[in-house]
Amino acid sequence: MMKDHTTTRMIKDKAFRVIVIFLACFAMLPLLLILYYITRNGIAVINWEFLTQLPRPIGEAGGGVFNAVIGTGMLIILSSILAIPFGITTGIYLSERSEGKIANIVRLCVVVLQGTPSIVIGIIAYIWVVAPFQSFSAISGGVALSTMMLPVIIKSTEETLKLMPYHLKEASLALGVPYYKTILKVILPTGLSGILTGILLSVARITGETAPLLFTAFGNQFMNWNLFKPIDSLPYRIFYYAMSPYPEWHTFAWGASFILVVVVLGFNLIARGVAVKWKVQF
Amino acid sequence: MESTVLKVDNFSAYFGDNQVLKNINLETSTNLVTALMGPSGCGKTTLIRCVNRMHELIPGTSVTGNMYLKDLDVYAMEPIVLRRKIGMVFQKPNPFPMMSIYDNVVAGYKLNGIRLKKDEFDNIVERSLKGSALWDEVKDSLQKKGTFLSGGQQQRLCIARALAMNPEILLLDEPTSALDPKSTSAIEELIVELKKTVTMLLVTHNIAQAARVSDYTAFIYLGELVEFGPTEKMFTVPKDKRTEEYLTGKFG
Repeated sequence: MMKDHTTTRMIKDKAFRVIVIFLACFAMLPLLLILYYITRNGIAVINWEFLTQLPRPIGEAGGGVFNAVIGTGMLIILSSILAIPFGITTGIYLSERSEGKIANIVRLCVVVLQGTPSIVIGIIAYIWVVAPFQSFSAISGGVALSTMMLPVIIKSTEETLKLMPYHLKEASLALGVPYYKTILKVILPTGLSGILTGILLSVARITGETAPLLFTAFGNQFMNWNLFKPIDSLPYRIFYYAMSPYPEWHTFAWGASFILVVVVLGFNLIARGVAVKWKVQF
Repeated sequence: MESTVLKVDNFSAYFGDNQVLKNINLETSTNLVTALMGPSGCGKTTLIRCVNRMHELIPGTSVTGNMYLKDLDVYAMEPIVLRRKIGMVFQKPNPFPMMSIYDNVVAGYKLNGIRLKKDEFDNIVERSLKGSALWDEVKDSLQKKGTFLSGGQQQRLCIARALAMNPEILLLDEPTSALDPKSTSAIEELIVELKKTVTMLLVTHNIAQAARVSDYTAFIYLGELVEFGPTEKMFTVPKDKRTEEYLTGKFG
């Protein structure tokens, strides 16, 4: 009698474990399928020419996505320059003044900003930057993307700095180090790996954004280094090629997707590496 | 040559409306160890933190009365200037985790932007680590991170960091409470050795430790300085009944 009861329970236990593992694997399936399709369709067009040449006009075979790769690189650098200083300082503020009315309002704003649809951010950047300059531009794309980076950087900085032990700050203050130097030279360097991880994850997030770029960076068939002129980007190029009626351009869209996914995956892996390798031991 | 280093004059401290220190009067002289002893929550840590004004980090604190470090009025100067003259060692060893052992020792200079020549820094590091009896253990690994050391070594590194600034007085806030017995006795030996050159104020809840290392002892109970005098005298013939009861383990 007793034995039967135990056996049923053990069977239930096993069944539960199998179901959990099965469902966990099932959740990975979409990612694996995406990677499979993109690799199968995209890898064939990847070669040196594809990476280093500009798009050719319709009807001419060959060409590449060099301008889109450079454009995406420029957008990443631009938006990082805009977002990182604001993001880190806001994160410091929130971790240092975790109570208080202003901090709570700021924190609420960050959450709302994180939930704002990217297309809306694109429209706002259009009104802020494109309309006054009367031209689509790399700058406006950078403004839109940096707005999307901000919440991620702020949150990760705040969380990282909150984990810093209080006795570290005391050690510095007791040496007569002013408060601002304590933050800049002790607290920030100690939390560097967490902050850097947040920045890399935010970069990974914006690299693939298309919607905010539609009315800002706009896209460009040609190579452009001028920040005040429209530039191309990988997500936009994919959008443009995939919408076209030409089979060759469809394969180009797959190729560009492959590059984009590799880049984003790369950023995520580097972020993980930074988090593990530079972890500070207390 | 003995002279007064720290003079606490009719000093009271408050957290909000709550008075945690009541009219304390205390004096310490050159190269003596004064132990602040008493049960948990009696205010001894608050008193030591009032000396370098670290208690001001907690919002809502206020003080009355006076405190003098040599001829300087502690509460009339900028805290950052004051704290460079006072070394502090905390309960938990707290070396800077991103710095090497070398940089930890001279952290007071580097973080304050005080520039010295390389060989001057080298001298300070060697002198301070020798002063804290850590030199022989770490002289070949000065560029390693300070957090690779054991707890007791980390605490001696923190003492070296404080000594490097040539403090007028060294505040020790229960420096051995997070350490094992062997490291504790190493720190106690170090304190006895250091008092040849440094004036120290030691907070301890350990009666035996106060007896072993201090010259003077102050017994604080419920924010009140019950008794203050030479350690030997207090431990043999305590004047106050409460001191006697505390020393004999009737409470605390």
